[in-house]
Amino acid sequence: MELVIAKYNYVIYILLMMIGFYAMIVKNNLIKKVIGMNIFQAAIILFYVSIGAKRDATIPILEHSSNPETVLHTIDPSHYINPLPHVLMLTAIVVSVSILGVALSIIMKLHSRFGTIEEDEIIEQIKR
Amino acid sequence: MTYLHSPILIVAVPLLASLLAGLLGLHNRKFSYPVVLLAVSVAAYESVVTLITVINHGTIHYHIGGWIPPFGIELVVDHLNAFVMVIVAVSSFLNVIYSKESIEREIGEKTVQFYTLYLLLISGLLGVTITGDMFNLYVLLEISAIATYALIAIGNRRAVLASFNYLILGTVGASFYLLGVGHLYIATGSLNMADLHDLLIPLYGSKTVLVAFILMMGGVWIKMAFFPVHAWLPNAYTYAPTAVSSLIAPTMTKVSVYVMIRVMYSLFTPQFVFDNPLWQDALVWCAVVAIFGGSLQALAQRDFKKMLTYLIITEVGYMVGGVWLGNRMGVSGAILHILNDAMMMLALFFVAGIIHRKLQDHNFDSFKGLFRKMPWTMTAFVITALSMIGVPPTGGFFSKYYLILGAIEAGKWHFMIALLASSLINVVIFFRIIEIGYFKLTPEKSSEKSKIEEAPVSMLVPLLVVSVGLIIIGLYSGDIITNIIQPFIPSGIAN
Repeated sequence: MELVIAKYNYVIYILLMMIGFYAMIVKNNLIKKVIGMNIFQAAIILFYVSIGAKRDATIPILEHSSNPETVLHTIDPSHYINPLPHVLMLTAIVVSVSILGVALSIIMKLHSRFGTIEEDEIIEQIKR
Repeated sequence: MTYLHSPILIVAVPLLASLLAGLLGLHNRKFSYPVVLLAVSVAAYESVVTLITVINHGTIHYHIGGWIPPFGIELVVDHLNAFVMVIVAVSSFLNVIYSKESIEREIGEKTVQFYTLYLLLISGLLGVTITGDMFNLYVLLEISAIATYALIAIGNRRAVLASFNYLILGTVGASFYLLGVGHLYIATGSLNMADLHDLLIPLYGSKTVLVAFILMMGGVWIKMAFFPVHAWLPNAYTYAPTAVSSLIAPTMTKVSVYVMIRVMYSLFTPQFVFDNPLWQDALVWCAVVAIFGGSLQALAQRDFKKMLTYLIITEVGYMVGGVWLGNRMGVSGAILHILNDAMMMLALFFVAGIIHRKLQDHNFDSFKGLFRKMPWTMTAFVITALSMIGVPPTGGFFSKYYLILGAIEAGKWHFMIALLASSLINVVIFFRIIEIGYFKLTPEKSSEKSKIEEAPVSMLVPLLVVSVGLIIIGLYSGDIITNIIQPFIPSGIAN
């Protein structure tokens, strides 16, 4: 139990991932599948963001002041938040948005051709 | 110093040209094709130059923007990279020449948008092979994947749903890979491959690293359609437009195999990968099932293009099995098979495109009398079929030979049996087509004098180049092994 509380960020990301996975596999509606896929990707983004975060840490920017003695210089890595995972996730968000766009436009194309976005109905129409 | 900037040019030229093709295409649709052809020729030329440089001078490191790794992003070209890059670049070059006619016929109005996506796909694939950074690899993998989803959806009525399923599974695969990179980052704090290799060695006992390895492997297996996760491939590749399937069939799965080899042997070491023999057993068994399942499914098909897609699954089984044999012969055979498989799939999908143009379908029953109508196409088809079966001196024989030697050395008899059985099944598959095409004549036309109605020269020449290339590669496969493949194989691997 202590392990769960200490590492709650990992537990949450796994839970979200499984919710997304469930939606992708079980749901019949294509839009719901896409929502599941987006939850899945968001879980990974949260995972990355959480591994960079630290308690009581500051941003990784050197502060400047007229009085050098009062300024807290955060040169020690344990005092500042690692920005790299966050920066990586900016790119991953862009990727996931583009995949979302392509997925939605594919669904629009399916809807205009088959008049439905339920997977089983589309398969039925294709087989006919 | 002509090779100074060639690594970045290989990726940057197609990437920028895809934007340029789109912009010029807005002005006049005819402008986009020359831009595409030029960009792909530059990429092909530069990659061949890079390969020669690598063979003569060793690995090339290119620091983007002058930032020193591991802080900056680095492009690394070693023997394996350069080899796969030449395969991708040359097959896209041949494809662009081949598919001009079919794109205009099948796509119609939207050629400009099509070419933009086409070049994005090519630059994504080239970028995956050339990068030395794990996260960069993910982004480029997704660039090529997103372009592929859109390109497949252009195909016929059934392609759209196939593309959607591919999109869902492909995204899951890429997300697993990304998660694996995240675990490696937690463990080491680095994303550069060479840096990670050194940092990981003391951490091999760690569970985080093991989970990272499993996640990354799972991700690339989905991307390459390895046996338990292959279901997306046949429909997506069958219903895609001709020009698209003949580009993605030889390149996409092969690039994923490259990523797997890179992760196994450059990021990790063979000592780590083969630490637990259970993994190796499981993987070789999966490869055996992939080979048998793919071959038998291919045997059951009556549609030529769909049959080829099942053969891709078989060939992926060859390569993954060969890599996981974990000895010098097996890995050499698998890497050589990347080349041979790319060439064979290129030729077979070219043939499929030409036949489709002629007959408007791929069903075997309509192949009657094809040998008389299209002697050149069918000659190329026979050469490729012999290579698929594994008849010397075609390329397919040599890679299969090395794979079988590797299987014997590793004592994996079931893998050897699977390889031989798949050759036999290929004999049945291909000779059935040859029989229909050569001996059966169309009843109403047999009395008339059969006319030769060949495909246009722009389609025929790339096909003949590839099929003659298969024989040349077969004759020179010893040189390819000693000059290109052997220098890559890591020292930790058993002989």
